[in-house]
Amino acid sequence: MKFGVLINEGPYQHQASDSAYKFIEAAIAEGHEIYRVFFYHDGVNNGTRLATPPQDDRHIPNRWTELAEKHNLDLVLCVAAAQRRGMVDQGEMERNKKDANNIADKFRISGLGQLIEAGIQADRMITFGD
Amino acid sequence: MEEQESGIIKKFIYVNRKAPHGTIYAHEALEVVLIAAAFEQDVALAFIDDGVYQLKKGQNTDGIATKNFSKTFGALDMYDVEKLYVEKESLEARGLSEEDLSVDVEILPASDLKNLFNESEVFFNF
Repeated sequence: MKFGVLINEGPYQHQASDSAYKFIEAAIAEGHEIYRVFFYHDGVNNGTRLATPPQDDRHIPNRWTELAEKHNLDLVLCVAAAQRRGMVDQGEMERNKKDANNIADKFRISGLGQLIEAGIQADRMITFGD
Repeated sequence: MEEQESGIIKKFIYVNRKAPHGTIYAHEALEVVLIAAAFEQDVALAFIDDGVYQLKKGQNTDGIATKNFSKTFGALDMYDVEKLYVEKESLEARGLSEEDLSVDVEILPASDLKNLFNESEVFFNF
């Protein structure tokens, strides 16, 4: 089955990102396909490469990057939600004249249309969040 | 606007469960609905629990410096989003009635909403 995944909560504050990670690992292990992982609301904060959690804790953004590298996942941060919360890639940095960017490898920033498209193309859309 | 050219039309349902202010969920959920309109899907919105407050007439957010997006619900028909459902039990539990709402809706009991949810193919809840 082809799954679309929506993550609506930030890392560490909420379990949604952890649960989605475990779900995707399990789904892939069972032979399913992940069409796209879309991060919305505070979920966009999962894509920061500047996080430095304590060494004895999981590194949530790095874990997403590694999972995406391993399984060629499409990790998309909503541009409108990202702009509000200061999640910036090279393109957004230049467009909005910011002095830095902070997006982790394998994440990309794009529009809400990517979420709707995932809903259309995937067999099931699964939401993680409150 | 991004256009979807897959030719696939699915039944989308957006279930709004949260109060309009206090968290950003309701506001950003409405942004999803507006973008989704460009994809020409079969769209319905449902309002349950505190989500019914999103449609309350006469909202004024001046005192909390957030955007009063409640006016946008009145413009949804221009986006061809015309199916708005409100759960009867949620309205009643909050002492609200149809006259308190800012837009035309269909008020359904939870049992009918359940059927609507079962018939939907893409389910987003905010």
